[in-house]
Amino acid sequence: MIPVWAQLTYLGAAACFVLALKGLSSPRTARAGNLLGAAAALVAMVVTFIVYDLDHLGLILAAIAVGCIIGVPAARRVAMTAMPQLVALFNGVGGAAAGLVAYLELSAAPTVFPLAAGVATVAVGGVAFSGSVITFLKLQELITTRPVTPPAGPVLFAASLVVTVVLGVIVYADGGGAGWLGALLGLVALVVGVLLVLPVGGADVPIVISLLNAFTGMAVAASGYVLGNALLLIGGTLVGASGSILTRLMAQAMGRSVVSILFGAFKGGSTAGGGVVSERPVRSAGADDIAIMLAYARRVIVVPGYGLAVAQAQHTVHELVELLEKRGVETAYAIHPVAGRMPGHMNVLLAEANVPYEQLLEMETANGQLRTADVALVVGANDVVNPAARTSPGSPIYGMPILDVDHAAAVVFMKRSMRPGFAGIENELLYDPRTTLLFGDAKASLTALVSAVKAL
Amino acid sequence: MDPSIALLTIFVLAVFTGYEVVSKVSSTLHTPLMSGANAIHGIILVGAVIVAGQADGAGELIVGLVAVVLATLNLVGGFVVTDRMLEMFRAKKAPQQVEAGGAE
Repeated sequence: MIPVWAQLTYLGAAACFVLALKGLSSPRTARAGNLLGAAAALVAMVVTFIVYDLDHLGLILAAIAVGCIIGVPAARRVAMTAMPQLVALFNGVGGAAAGLVAYLELSAAPTVFPLAAGVATVAVGGVAFSGSVITFLKLQELITTRPVTPPAGPVLFAASLVVTVVLGVIVYADGGGAGWLGALLGLVALVVGVLLVLPVGGADVPIVISLLNAFTGMAVAASGYVLGNALLLIGGTLVGASGSILTRLMAQAMGRSVVSILFGAFKGGSTAGGGVVSERPVRSAGADDIAIMLAYARRVIVVPGYGLAVAQAQHTVHELVELLEKRGVETAYAIHPVAGRMPGHMNVLLAEANVPYEQLLEMETANGQLRTADVALVVGANDVVNPAARTSPGSPIYGMPILDVDHAAAVVFMKRSMRPGFAGIENELLYDPRTTLLFGDAKASLTALVSAVKAL
Repeated sequence: MDPSIALLTIFVLAVFTGYEVVSKVSSTLHTPLMSGANAIHGIILVGAVIVAGQADGAGELIVGLVAVVLATLNLVGGFVVTDRMLEMFRAKKAPQQVEAGGAE
C-alpha cells in the first residue's frame, strides 16, 4: 500500500485531468488546460518514483529518456498537416503500453474483476495499437485511403473476434498463468484491429482515431484497475468516456453514424465512385482572368480544404484575401467542420497564418453568406462542397452537411488535377457552367493570383 | 467497502464525469480535445514504470521497458503536440491570456 500523502497527490492529479479536459473544451482556456494536464502528469510521475519500491531505476529512466528523445522532436517538428497521423500514432503506442502492462500483471492479478480487466486490456490494447497503425498508414497515404474490403472481410473479422473472446476466456480460466497464451491473445487482437480499420474510407479515418483513442482510454483504465491504481483508473476512464462522446460528435458533424463508418464499406455499393479521372469537358482559366473576377467582385468567400494545407498555402491565401480587402472586396473564409483531415484542423492551420478569428465563418453562417456571394473560391477542397451530399442518395457522402458553394454566383476551383477528393467521389460541381477551374498546386496558383491582382 | 468494488465505483463515476465534461464542445476544438485526451491516457506511464520496476527476470524487464518507452511517447509527445496546436489559437486581441512556459 502506498502512503496516504501519495494517494492524495494522485487524487489531485486526477482532479487536474478533469479540469484539463474541461479547459480543452473552450478556446480561451484550452492551452492552460493542456498545460495543467501535463503538470499533473509530471507530478504523478515524480510521486510514483518516490513511493514505489522500484528496481532497475537506471534502465527505467533511460527508457523514459528514449521516449522523450523520440517523442518531443516528433511532436515539435511535425508539419501541422501531418498532425492527425502523429496523434494516431501516439494513441496507438499508448494502447500498446497499456496492453503490455496488463500482460505483465496477468499472472499476479486476483480472480474475478482484476483478472478479467487484465485479460480485456491485453485485447483492447492490441486492437487500439494495430488499428492506430493502420490509420497512420492511411493518413500518411502509405496504403490506399480508400476502403479495403477483402472478399472474406466480414467473416475474417467475425472469426478473429470470436477467437479473441475464446482465448480471453481460456486465459482467464487459466488464471493468466501461461505467458504464451496471453501473448497469443494480444497477437490475435492485433489482427482484429487491422481488420476493423482497413474497410474504413479515408474521410472517416479521423473518427476512427477518436474511437481508438477511447479504446486506449478504457485499456488504461482497466490496467489501472488491475494495478489498484486510482489515477490510471480515473485518467483512462475520463478519456474513454469523453472519447466516446467526441467520436459521436465528430460523426454527427459529418452526418454519419459510427456504425455506418465502421461497417458501411461491407454493405457494398456505399463506396461508389472510383478513383478514375473523367473525360467530361470542364472550363478552366488562367490566373489573370480569375484575378479580374475576384478583384471586381463585391463579396468573395474562400473555402479552404486539405489541398491548401498540403501546399502550405495558408499564408499565401491570407495575402490574397488582404489584397482583395484593400480593394474593397468583402471577404470571409467558410470553414467546414471537417475541413482538413480532422474536425477543427483547418482552424488550426489558418490561425497559424494569422487569419483573424472573426473572418472564419462556421458552416451555417457561411451557407447564408454564400447565397449572396459573387465568387466562391474553393482552394483544395472537394468533398465538403460536393452537392452530391444533398442530391444523390446513393453517394457515400449523402447526408453529410456541406458548404453550398453552388449557391454562389460563380465558383472558382483551385485543383491540382481532376482526381476526385479524399472520399474518392466525383464532384458534379466541377462540370457546372458557372464553375471555372484553375489548375496547379494551390500555393503556386495563389501566388500567381496575388501578383495578378497586384498588377490590376 | 471491498477495494475492488471501491475502484469499480470510481470507474462508474469517472465515466459520468468524462461524459459531462466534453458533451458541449464546438467542432473547432474537436482536434485539440482529442489530442489532449490522447495525452492524458499516456498516464499509463505510471503503470509501465511500476511493472518495469517490479519485473522478475530479463523477459519481463524487457517487456516492461518497452512499455515505458511507448507510454513516454504517448504522454510527452501527446502534450507537446497538443500545446503546439493550441499555440495557433492565440487570440491576437488578448495576448496576455496566454501563459508563458514550456510544456512537459
